[in-house]
Amino acid sequence: METGALPRIVHEYAVLELIVISILNGVLFGMLLFLLSSGLTVIFSMMGVLNFAHASFYMLGAFFGFQLTKWIGFWPAFVLAPLLVGAIGMAVERYGLRNTHKHGHVAELLLTFGLAFAIEEIVAMIWGRSPVDYRVPALLDFPAFTIFSTNYPAYKIFMLAVSVVIFVALLLVLRRTRVGLIVQAALTHPHMVGHLGHNVGRVFMVVFGVGSALAGLAGVIAGPALVTQSDMAAALGPILFVVIVFGGLGSLPGAFVASLVIGLVQTFAVALNGSLASVFGPLDAAGGPSALSDIWNVTIAQVAPIIPYLLLVIILIVRPMGLMGTRES
Amino acid sequence: MLEVRNLHAYYGKSHILQGVDLDVAAGEVVSLLGRNGVGRSTTVKAIMGEVVPQGTIRFKGKDIAGLPSYKIARLGLGYVPEHRDIFPSLTVRQNLLLGIKDTRRPGKWRLQDMLDMFPNLAARADAPAGVLSGGEKQMLTTCRTLMGDPDLIMIDEPTEGLAPLIVQQVGDLIVRIAQAGVAILLVEQKLSIAMRISKRVYIMGHGRVVFEGTPDQLRANAAVRQEWLEV
Repeated sequence: METGALPRIVHEYAVLELIVISILNGVLFGMLLFLLSSGLTVIFSMMGVLNFAHASFYMLGAFFGFQLTKWIGFWPAFVLAPLLVGAIGMAVERYGLRNTHKHGHVAELLLTFGLAFAIEEIVAMIWGRSPVDYRVPALLDFPAFTIFSTNYPAYKIFMLAVSVVIFVALLLVLRRTRVGLIVQAALTHPHMVGHLGHNVGRVFMVVFGVGSALAGLAGVIAGPALVTQSDMAAALGPILFVVIVFGGLGSLPGAFVASLVIGLVQTFAVALNGSLASVFGPLDAAGGPSALSDIWNVTIAQVAPIIPYLLLVIILIVRPMGLMGTRES
Repeated sequence: MLEVRNLHAYYGKSHILQGVDLDVAAGEVVSLLGRNGVGRSTTVKAIMGEVVPQGTIRFKGKDIAGLPSYKIARLGLGYVPEHRDIFPSLTVRQNLLLGIKDTRRPGKWRLQDMLDMFPNLAARADAPAGVLSGGEKQMLTTCRTLMGDPDLIMIDEPTEGLAPLIVQQVGDLIVRIAQAGVAILLVEQKLSIAMRISKRVYIMGHGRVVFEGTPDQLRANAAVRQEWLEV
């Protein structure tokens, strides 16, 4: 009796531990996605253009963070790198998109598309194609707390805190300040905002800059925790599009919910090791190989990478405007 | 105050405005009449820079043809477009506050004056503007533009699609704007308000001005009314 109970308790603790850690990691990944998707979705609803280079700004943030950390330390880099990326974003809007705008959305789309490739190649030229050694700053390199047997790193708590602070700040600026009201108005009626005497062009440039800076900030803080490498933009970009389409193009609350959903779903999927076989038992009694046994034995972790895209397909079929989107297209 | 000379404008290849001339003096109320599709709205859009203008447009002696619309607005030219472009997700109060161009220099129209003038707007000051009725939206857009303290306000079809009682209210508001010394260029299809408040009227047909005179002159001229206004 006693010998049977103990492993069972240990097992239940392990499941609880897995759930708690996965929720923490999922929320963290979700908030990181939100730092990126918030800018992307606001830029989309303002300009009507999907910025394919948005994830590239995230990558630039990570590499600038890495380089500046080497030169002047992590904390100055933490402040400077997003500002640099924001300045680059503003320049892209002012000298690139604004001039392309009169030739229509396709031209703008192609510009951001080309920019994404150009940034990737430039990053690879400067820093190479293998991961760079971007480390967690010593100040935050300790376990924040221990759940059951897992040490949860302080740096991850720091990432979470930064994301939450930015989220709250963004909300306050948009809802409570005059600039925020002008931005909200310009999302739906840019011409009218201009007729009231507000410089919409400058608003667009600043919003593009802030959106890029947020992407850069996400890069700076995610770099040490994930892998800082020249293909990181290409790896994250598609997930980002899933998030904003899933949440509803142009909807900030939608982007928030979708970021958390995708973050949690992906984290849990990776953590879970179940397969159809483990739930329903082997396909046939003998357990021999058959046409279906490959699918039967695939674990959830193995299909984790495609889950966001499956969600995308489902949402597009069930609710084409996304969770909280308003427009049909 | 506003001088338009030989104004041309195109939508793609169609030549919409074919040499429009018109003037509005300081404090004057002028109406721009005509049937649908003769280029009245395009005229004000071209003045505001929303449609690319060709020709001369001077406001307070300054050439404004082709300037970005925010600069034109900042010179003191207000524009209330025909589709009553309220910002639907913002509250009524926020809509009005966005009409202010420079918060450091308050104009002669205050938020409280607007709310006092329209109890309907006051009652819904903190509701999203998207829930307002058509008439209330018209009041809101007009008041919002007034908050920017314009010297000349161009109002495009303010009574379109409104019930007669509301049309009366809109008319009263326009009279009140005129009484405050603001010049008005009113684009209308209905004669009633225009004839009641205008000092002069222009009638447009086929992209140019075909009649110019006082409301009395227009009343006396049945031939012009029949050819260019009546359906």
